[in-house]
Amino acid sequence: MASLSREEVVHVATLARLELTDEQIDTFTPQLAAILANAADVEALDLDDVPATSHPYPLTNVWRPDVVRHAGVRDAVLAAAPAAQDGMFRVPSVLGDAP
Amino acid sequence: MTPSTPSPNASVLPEGWGMVIGLEVHCELATATKLFCCCPNHFGDQPNANTCPTCLGLPGSLPMLNEQAVELAMRLGRALNCDVKRSVFSRKNYFYPDQPKDYQVTQYDLPTNLGGHLDLPSGPRIGITRAHIEEDTGKLNHVGGGGRIHDAEHSLVDYNRSGVPLVEIVSEADMRSSEQAKEYANELRAILLATGVSDAKMEEGSMRVDANVSVHHLGEPWGTRCEIKNLNSVRSLGRAIDHEALRQIDLLTNGETVRQETRHWDEASGRTGTLRVKEDADDYRYFPEPDLVPLEPSAADIARIDAALPVLPGARRAALAEAAGVPATAGGVVMAVERGLDHLARAAIGGGADAGRVLTHVEHNLAVDGAETLSPERFGDLVKMETGGELTATQAKTVLAEMVATGGAPAEIAQARGFEALDSSALEGIIDGLIAAHGEEWEQFRSGDDKARGKLSGFFMGKVMQASSGQADGKAATALLRRKAGL
Amino acid sequence: MSALEIAAAVRGGERTARAVMEEHLSLIGAREAELHAFNLVTSEQALAAADAVDARVAAGDDPGPLAGVPIALKDNLCTTGIPTTCSSKILAGWKPPYDATVVERLTAAGAISVGKTNLDEFAMGSSTENSAFGPSKNPHDITKVPGGSSGGSAVAVAAGFAPLALGSDTGGSIRQPAALCGVVGVKPTYGRVSRYGLVAFASSLDQIGPFATTVADAAALYEVIAGHDPRDSTSIPEALPPVLPRLGDGVAGLRVGLVTELCQAEGIAPDVAARVAAAAEALSEAGAKVEEVSVPAVIYGLSAYYLIAPAEASSNLARYDGVRYGLRVDAPTTAEMYDRTRTAGFGPEVLRRIMLGTYALSAGYYDAYYGKAQKVRTLIIRDFQAAYERFDVLISPTAPTTAFALGAKADPLAMYLNDICTIPSNLAGHPAMSVPFGSGDDGLPVGVQIMANALDEVTMFQVAATLEGAMA
Ligand SMILES: [Mg+2]
Ligand SMILES: [Zn+2]
Repeated sequence: MASLSREEVVHVATLARLELTDEQIDTFTPQLAAILANAADVEALDLDDVPATSHPYPLTNVWRPDVVRHAGVRDAVLAAAPAAQDGMFRVPSVLGDAP
Repeated sequence: MTPSTPSPNASVLPEGWGMVIGLEVHCELATATKLFCCCPNHFGDQPNANTCPTCLGLPGSLPMLNEQAVELAMRLGRALNCDVKRSVFSRKNYFYPDQPKDYQVTQYDLPTNLGGHLDLPSGPRIGITRAHIEEDTGKLNHVGGGGRIHDAEHSLVDYNRSGVPLVEIVSEADMRSSEQAKEYANELRAILLATGVSDAKMEEGSMRVDANVSVHHLGEPWGTRCEIKNLNSVRSLGRAIDHEALRQIDLLTNGETVRQETRHWDEASGRTGTLRVKEDADDYRYFPEPDLVPLEPSAADIARIDAALPVLPGARRAALAEAAGVPATAGGVVMAVERGLDHLARAAIGGGADAGRVLTHVEHNLAVDGAETLSPERFGDLVKMETGGELTATQAKTVLAEMVATGGAPAEIAQARGFEALDSSALEGIIDGLIAAHGEEWEQFRSGDDKARGKLSGFFMGKVMQASSGQADGKAATALLRRKAGL
Repeated sequence: MSALEIAAAVRGGERTARAVMEEHLSLIGAREAELHAFNLVTSEQALAAADAVDARVAAGDDPGPLAGVPIALKDNLCTTGIPTTCSSKILAGWKPPYDATVVERLTAAGAISVGKTNLDEFAMGSSTENSAFGPSKNPHDITKVPGGSSGGSAVAVAAGFAPLALGSDTGGSIRQPAALCGVVGVKPTYGRVSRYGLVAFASSLDQIGPFATTVADAAALYEVIAGHDPRDSTSIPEALPPVLPRLGDGVAGLRVGLVTELCQAEGIAPDVAARVAAAAEALSEAGAKVEEVSVPAVIYGLSAYYLIAPAEASSNLARYDGVRYGLRVDAPTTAEMYDRTRTAGFGPEVLRRIMLGTYALSAGYYDAYYGKAQKVRTLIIRDFQAAYERFDVLISPTAPTTAFALGAKADPLAMYLNDICTIPSNLAGHPAMSVPFGSGDDGLPVGVQIMANALDEVTMFQVAATLEGAMA
């Protein structure tokens, strides 16, 4: 699995919304393959009985009360936005629905 | 996939075909603030008025979980008979401009609510796969090209809805007709309202229903399903499901195949159209949200939530049905619970009022604002006056309307309107007068065939009602007419 | 003057905050062009804030424990109205509308920001060469890197531009540059310092922490920035035990473990190993009981880290899409706008890590890569716990070598190996710090890493103070 194909790199770039040149793909493919090869020691471990740690410090049930507080950042954020119109963020045409 | 049971209600389908339906319902939770920030959870404000660094996804911002959203989600879970368990938020990664972080915080392998059920008023039990907590997206407004996404020149993004708390309720594929799907949506909505979890307004988008529909030859495995979106009312849900099932059958009958895809319901044309085909590129790369910690409800939390749950619509229907001695599916029972009038009806029946008349009034005469404020005693008194012959059905309806409007007592209203049931001598006087005034018609009534008599009976009854200002009892008047004609 | 000396002088009215600030700004003026510690020096705001501190002192108020102390902020900490770039073209010019919690706390304590320091783009790197605005230089030898990713902050403190700085440490990004620049650098327990307003790299690993020239200054800064923050759900609610009063308690009777796997890790230079041995000796002389200890799972740290950190980064960096802030490269459709903006806005190392992380999370690979790496984390925590049953603190080199030449590590993997000793503490969420302990054969600084169990910053600082004393 450590050998990474050019096609996989292209697919990953699509998922990550990157438009890589052929040259970039040629550079990244062996680099990423080498990094993954380096992770082969982890890949090879048998860890079926080991739970995953996603948070290093174990906390549970952290929440806040349901009380409104206005932030008032709208105007500053819109003023600095790449494109804004009518109090909203403007984007080029969106072809297609959300996935 | 296992072959389904026959589809008793799928009457719109050609002989031998069945349909299989599962619903995914997104509901906005009735909180004051958003799921992960202190912005107001409020519909209809100026664009982006309700935003902050967190719900705009600004660099460095972090989510802070709303306690009340968790409470409401667990309450719904218990109302749907789910196990409420340890849960973990995950990130669902995909790029779309209404999504400020380009990932949605949702629950994936460990949702808050798992494995419940909802009983339809008509009987079938529909499985609930899960009901998880997630954040809503912002809203895209398409500019130019008639506001349609594909033709728009550009779009404008409003993040007021971004981060609004949702529960997504996923049913098992247990429904077999559009009727059942509609019933499920109505019943779920009733539960959401009864528990105060959501205001569940389909037209405002605070309850959004997506339907997964497939068809199959009865007794054979299920077919490929399509998901239908943009269903803005329970009526559209039913129409869209039937349309979609017929579309699929049409394809299959013509030797074509059904593609797994998302389809868009167009209310105006009454058809569904392709929105997007499921692609291999749909890879959401879920992983546990590192900015939030797990939720671990204790047994005491769950006991507290259970204790505070209101009596749910199903149990309320059962209680009223038992009190009235009718099936829980009776129209008056369903309507009474739907309109929150079941307590009124039960109290009136309990006080000795005729159950049939009570349910009839609930079903036909109390679909009005303020009906829920009626005094059960006075409502019961009205029904008793009616069954005791003091008021005609028409009069009772009029008195009831005034009772709702003014809160007055039925006897006083009836008296003020002069609604005293006509005594038999007064009725006889009116009828004698009519016979004298309309001799020709009377002769035809006496001697004519059934058809003529029916017509003239209507003529005389109209005159009787006119002459008595509607106070005459229809049944008594008809009987008297027939007796005088020697029939 | 140390930060604590400056604060004492300003609070006592012996020096004005303005005079202190002017002195530091003139040092910056003299050497910044050569060292490139900063992305932005905010002289005007700094002088105005100094005047405000002086006014408070004059009015008889106490401006706080860091009154008038200049501090340099890593340019991935949000500062209201002041550009926060993460040394990336994609955020060039972006001004946050809010302050990070640590920035609020610094202001409340009387500290004054002098500007935003350079870093590897989005804190991804170990040399500060991955900055879109050019590398920072090591003040001890400007042909050498300062380390990274918080290289600018380390340089600012080492060059005397500010007695204090803040950095962020995801896999060693405070400790490694501290070691290479010869200053003190601290990564607190995960959750001790609020991450609110820190632009995320890898959320389950990121921690903000101090740079200082002395252990006491670092402890003073730590006390100001640490403590519970309701705006960060992963913030530790337990009360913060003060460090400064216990700093001089010494190490007599303390059990110190020398981590075999880290002392003998790939690429540890002999001169660095010799300084760690000398540190062990010094602690032993100060009354500690020093022994070697094996923490076997740490050998998997590097591999696990380079799956987890890129995975989280790939998600955290998705929001840089040209819609709401920062760079946008126009295109006919939103999808193409995303592609062009992100490809133009991110540098090669960021692109590499986004690709790597996306791959590690993608369908069919999650279990083999990300899932497994999260399990390795459990192994590392277990092995550390076993070690902490027998030892109060653990020590190792901070970095395998002294500062290396600019451009020397073009191969990404070679660069990653720099973090081999620092990564395990991030994966475990434990506190760790680097203290300068002499120099290597090339005369450049060497740092010794002190690791402690979760929440035990006090003991860690005590050991650091003892080592500092041994060098004096
Ligand atoms: Mg969903
Ligand atoms: Zn908000």
